[in-house]
Amino acid sequence: MATDTVLAGELRGLDALETTTDRPQVGSRLWHALAPKAAAVALVLGLWELVVLLGLKPEYVLPPPGAALSELGHQLTQATFWHATAVTVSRGVVGFSLASVVGLALGVVVSRSRFLRSAIGSLITGLQTMPSIAWFPLAILLFQLSETAILFVILIGAVPSIANGVISGVDYVPPTLIRAGRNLGARGLGLYRYVIVPAALPGIVSGLKQGWAFAWRSLLAGELIVAIANRPSLGAFLSNSRELGDPPYMIALMIAILLIGVLVDTAFSAVDQGIRRRRGAVV
Amino acid sequence: MTQVAVRRSPPATAPVGTVAGEAVTLTDVTKRYAGTHGALALDGINLSVPRGQFVCIVGASGCGKSTLLNLVSGLDAVTGGGISVEGRPAFMFQEHALMPWLSALDNVALPLRLSGRSTVDRERLARELLATVHLSAWADRRPHELSGGMRQRVALARTLATECTVLLMDEPFGALDAITRDLLHDELESIWRARGLTVLFVTHNVREAVRLGDRVVLLSSRPGRVVEDYRIDLPRPRRFEDPEVTSATGEITAALRAEVARHGD
Repeated sequence: MATDTVLAGELRGLDALETTTDRPQVGSRLWHALAPKAAAVALVLGLWELVVLLGLKPEYVLPPPGAALSELGHQLTQATFWHATAVTVSRGVVGFSLASVVGLALGVVVSRSRFLRSAIGSLITGLQTMPSIAWFPLAILLFQLSETAILFVILIGAVPSIANGVISGVDYVPPTLIRAGRNLGARGLGLYRYVIVPAALPGIVSGLKQGWAFAWRSLLAGELIVAIANRPSLGAFLSNSRELGDPPYMIALMIAILLIGVLVDTAFSAVDQGIRRRRGAVV
Repeated sequence: MTQVAVRRSPPATAPVGTVAGEAVTLTDVTKRYAGTHGALALDGINLSVPRGQFVCIVGASGCGKSTLLNLVSGLDAVTGGGISVEGRPAFMFQEHALMPWLSALDNVALPLRLSGRSTVDRERLARELLATVHLSAWADRRPHELSGGMRQRVALARTLATECTVLLMDEPFGALDAITRDLLHDELESIWRARGLTVLFVTHNVREAVRLGDRVVLLSSRPGRVVEDYRIDLPRPRRFEDPEVTSATGEITAALRAEVARHGD
């Protein structure tokens, strides 16, 4: 049909005029992501060095960054350090995985029911404000000085954040998408699978990210308090380093703990950014 | 001799049961907003739409145009009266309501996935539908990479994927610029004719209603009642700027304004 080809041509022209095909280069993205972080690290090290040089604290209390970093370098060659790191990280991974399963399930269930929402919703938020270290006396009473006690506190720290992420993610799903999904034939679980969960994904990922932060904090607090024989861990070493009066070692361990936390956080951020970029929420 | 562009149909009487050849029938439809003493949104609407007809619904704010479509679509329930619709009507909103995490192709394929089509079928049908709206070249783009008009065309292709015969449109082109809107009128008209769709098209733009509709139904506001049912007998394709379109628009706009003025008294 002649009119149809005219229309097609007009539409093609308009489409070309109204869209751009520019996408930012990977290299420039990487630079923009890394440069500010490098600057921040340099700033912190500089301030630290400055405090040491000013002599506000004696060096046997606050060692210069060089001493701590070279101690960290030394630790990286030690098998016991890696063993302790493996114990701590595996506790974190196990605890966080379990918390994710429980938190995601809880979030989906609570977000689906108006009754559960008002019954448990504020309780979940309340739990989130509770410092995880305050749970340890009870955890030790219930489970003695054991892995279970640490796991319990990780769960109670991380689950509320993860569940809250799901609930708020679901709350912020645009109603038009749900209406559209229903109209296109999505019902019940199908609506969750194809519309609500994907739409809530940014909220869910940020809940997981926050959940990891809580899990990691609870874990280290637990390792400081709950020392288990023959289970070396970063937290136990940290506690030892204070008793031994070895500040460079202590700070080296702290840096290691910080680095692991940052590394995981960066991974979550990368996932989060990827999701948002796919949806055009960031350029 | 000037052709009579606009003819007033006699007011529709309440039909009994389903009428053969009618795609949509509303019988004394009443809608109250939530709450027992909620305001009356629609009051005694009778409307019957033969299969394949393009009906535009116009009215000022608060006439319940959108409520009417929600009722026909089944997204909302009537307070009184009855609605019968052929099949499951598809709905197109003013906002495109595309899933932002899916490509244009996957958005069109979503209803096919929900109706349990195979992967191969989904891909083939979705590509055909994208070709229908002239967007084959943009299949892999996500909604945010498309212009407003293109998104609405993807949304149109997606509603067609539901294999509906009745299409409900709630100001689908309200947020578009004039050039894009004109082209989309042409596109919608050609798809409507090719597929024999029945369309209920809500708009506040009287000229758009005259450009597209076989009929223009004018609703009053608060509560919404059918004030006038105009038949638009102008030949197609019509253009926005045709003098006949202009004069019909003038007549209906005058009636709409009179209706609005009633609320100022």
